Amino acid sequence: MDLISLSAVDLALAALLVIALAGVTVWARMGLGRSLVIAGVRTVIQLLLVGLILQTLFDHAQLGWVALMAVVMLAVAGYEVMARQQRRFVGLWGYGIGTATMFISAFAVTVLALTTMVGPTPWWEPQYAIPLLGMLLGNTMTGIALGLDRLTQTVWRERRTIEGRLAMGASWSEAVTTMRREAARSGLMPTINAMAAAGIVSLPGMMTGQILAGAPPVEAVKYQILIMFLITAGTGFGTLGAVWFASRRLFDTRERLRLDRLKAGRHT
Amino acid sequence: MLAFGRPPGAPFFMWRLRAPIRFFRPPRTHRLGFPDRRTGNARMDPLLDVQQLKTAHLGPLDLRLQPGELAQVTGASGAGKSLLLRALADLDPNTGSVRLAGVPRESMPPVQWRCQVAYVPAETAWWGERVDEHLPGEFSRDTALHLLEQVALPEDALHWEVERLSSGEKQRLGLLRALLNQPRVLLLDEPTANLDLDNTRRIERAVRSYLAEQDAAALWVSHDTLQRQRLGGRILTIREGLLEAPAWT
Repeated sequence: MDLISLSAVDLALAALLVIALAGVTVWARMGLGRSLVIAGVRTVIQLLLVGLILQTLFDHAQLGWVALMAVVMLAVAGYEVMARQQRRFVGLWGYGIGTATMFISAFAVTVLALTTMVGPTPWWEPQYAIPLLGMLLGNTMTGIALGLDRLTQTVWRERRTIEGRLAMGASWSEAVTTMRREAARSGLMPTINAMAAAGIVSLPGMMTGQILAGAPPVEAVKYQILIMFLITAGTGFGTLGAVWFASRRLFDTRERLRLDRLKAGRHT
Repeated sequence: MLAFGRPPGAPFFMWRLRAPIRFFRPPRTHRLGFPDRRTGNARMDPLLDVQQLKTAHLGPLDLRLQPGELAQVTGASGAGKSLLLRALADLDPNTGSVRLAGVPRESMPPVQWRCQVAYVPAETAWWGERVDEHLPGEFSRDTALHLLEQVALPEDALHWEVERLSSGEKQRLGLLRALLNQPRVLLLDEPTANLDLDNTRRIERAVRSYLAEQDAAALWVSHDTLQRQRLGGRILTIREGLLEAPAWT
């Protein structure tokens, strides 16, 4: 491993670029300077903290600590999914649907990959488990958030269509098919695009990282392919599950459309 | 949910057919669930029997419709006319007892209920590109032709593009597609609001003859006084979510 270590001066030089950008936006009265600086400071603090936590975790590799870390990551991702919904479900469902499906898909795929494909010993070795889970959760989160948001928006907008189909004797799932398809598509599109563009338009971050760290490119590529497929499966199953559960929740046992189970939108 | 037993007033040979029917299309045999006038059964069961119907904005209200009956619903806008129809079609949460020919609503799957108790909103929803995408999965061609003739539309109206329909055509086709399900009860929310007098009369005649042919019943929301006189039948007035005139049976 011929990793070149970065000094504080190197980081400070990069930070100067961001400060320069902030200066320009202030000068041009674009009102972005403040948020740029705050976001930059957050990056430094959050990443340093995570670095420290990961270092500690790697030093004291115990299943309990790894599990705790995983649960915290899941809780935060679940909150992010909820916060990105314009019309979220009322009550615990708003948090529950996204978090539960994310848990099932991302954790299942991670554990499967660790035990059968990557195969570190022990299988929960934090050096592999945490980054893998992080990448899966991050992408699944985006997919589920996009899918749920699209579902609730289209159902809200097309409630007359749905009730028209119900009145014609359609079942709840027939009545909501087209909205469900659209939601699943919008949740999966970023992942499909990323797979299609990988290596040509963009060099995926993980592969770039491994190459920078001195890994042979072909090894890095193999890891990247594995990760891409895992991410696609995790995001895909997670999004489909979330969209299915959410659309079920929009109807009651008498198959009535229950928009009262959604909160009013933030921007109506 | 499967309650076996004889619905009140049903002849003894019907008791088996009461609940366990779970098809997408309502089976015709359900018609036998109420007394046949030819057998001379003196007491007539109502086709639709509503008791203590309550929603967030309605009721409690009672209502009965006899086979072949057309009752009109009037009331100021916002009084709850459409809400009543929506509750009867089970599109809004509601409590109370609703029976169709003696069969309680809870014992039927919602899909079957809405096929038999058809709600036609004032503005019908069209989601596909062509009219035939909005029709039931299976229906008899003869029925369709018969109905098209009654509402004065040509046969290829079923293949017209939705984008090019006039509001009057939408309204007539909206009624037609509901009738193709062969419902027992029609819930019509101002079905002639966008129509000229000729087409209004055609719709009135079509509904009347459907009720007579199928022994079905209809609730018709109307604002038009002349129409009320033409249609005849019982007039129910809704005020602030309650039925004003006691519904006689």
